[in-house]
Amino acid sequence: MMDFSYMRPASLEAAGAGLASGGTLLGGGTGLLDLARLGIAQPQAVIDLTRLPGLDRIEVTGTEARIGALIKMSRLAAHPAMRAALPAVGQSLLASASPQIRNMATIGGNLLQRTRCAYFRDASFGSCNRRNPGSGCAAIGGVTRGHALLGTSAHCIATHPGDLAVALVALDAVVETWSPDGPRALSIHDFFLAPGATPEKEFALASGDIVTGLRIPLAPAAQRARYVKLRDRASYEFAAASIAAGLSLTDDGRVADIRIALGGVATIPWRARAVEAALRGQRPTPAAIAAAAALAMREAEPQHDNRHKLALVPALIERTLTEMIGDAA
Amino acid sequence: MSPPRPLTLIINGEPRALLVEPRTTLLDALRENLDLTGTKKGCDHGQCGACTVHVDGERVLACLTLAHQVEGARIATIEGLAGPDGTLHAVQKAFLAEDAFQCGYCTPGQIMSAVACIREGHAGSPEEIREFMAGNLCRCGAYPHIVAAVQRAAQALEQEALP
Repeated sequence: MMDFSYMRPASLEAAGAGLASGGTLLGGGTGLLDLARLGIAQPQAVIDLTRLPGLDRIEVTGTEARIGALIKMSRLAAHPAMRAALPAVGQSLLASASPQIRNMATIGGNLLQRTRCAYFRDASFGSCNRRNPGSGCAAIGGVTRGHALLGTSAHCIATHPGDLAVALVALDAVVETWSPDGPRALSIHDFFLAPGATPEKEFALASGDIVTGLRIPLAPAAQRARYVKLRDRASYEFAAASIAAGLSLTDDGRVADIRIALGGVATIPWRARAVEAALRGQRPTPAAIAAAAALAMREAEPQHDNRHKLALVPALIERTLTEMIGDAA
Repeated sequence: MSPPRPLTLIINGEPRALLVEPRTTLLDALRENLDLTGTKKGCDHGQCGACTVHVDGERVLACLTLAHQVEGARIATIEGLAGPDGTLHAVQKAFLAEDAFQCGYCTPGQIMSAVACIREGHAGSPEEIREFMAGNLCRCGAYPHIVAAVQRAAQALEQEALP
């Protein structure tokens, strides 16, 4: 692994100063140290945030959940009040990575994880616009079984690998950041950037921003949301396709609120707004669900090896919504 | 370059002073600086679990942990698992009883992971053991015996805990 210096700041101000002088933030290390050893990340100065005070709290009030950025994935997944208030969060976390990694990785770092695109992770491929802007995309025309069908561009088709992020997009979470200019809050819907012409720009963060936490509003559809992940093997695998779905019904059985987010098939955690719009205000009959689910991949642009997801995703949506309505009845 | 810096790690209950570069991982510090070679280097990318150790009682991957990051934390490795008189831990005994290995390379990581898995309360059924031991790969494919060993150890530890 390349040489770097190490500092352990005692305050956000000190971390911010390190960041301003070219440092790289370190949380649990499961992303950064892996990529540094591959030569993809090249930190000169590592700023270890893990002992910063005040960013390791979970609070669930009557209206929202607040989660510090330094909370470990395993701790958030096991938190009793979180499990009761927002079960999809814990479900998405327990479907991620391995127990060891969940004990290490922070929630802030999890939000900032990089794609698992094999062409991004292997520096021997010269072409990767995400790694080396303007160099091209080796994935397009390559082996694309795990690549994205939604939110792609001619410059990048790398899939967003997250599970928690998919749940957060369904739950309308808010990301809190700190910079020397002060704290800031931005919607999770603005946080992840589709590649477009600038795949190297992955997050709507300015260079001095440090992610400090999350807020998740407690709405009925969010509180009943669930996370379902399909994988090529039973565990310890990225999603072939995943869904975070939330639903609430009116007294007369119509869809009051619906949230559908998809993982494993898009360049960013993907909100399926067309599916939601087709069901909102409607009675969720089997025919209505099937018709709505079919809209999810209407704008998909499949690659050579991932066409099966055109059918997989609508089937996952249909199955999940049908089960949720069955459980609610 | 960033020169080696002094560091004290608490390994298996003993403070150990060492001098390591900032980029040194806990895994390399254990193996190269402290001659604790029980913790294995498999993939060195956090994928295989061979380097599993406990930091403050929780299982983590030593290959993706910087040594300086765990300054002052309590680190437990496979070398510290047996009693001072050499009595094997219940999980070690169960791995022998169930023949839960072939080549043995993944075994220290499997055992450290299993100790934590049982302590977490995630060893209640074969299905649960398979899910919560998923971070430890065994290229020899000894999985059925590993699951049996974890189950046997969980039952033995439960018996021990009875009044």
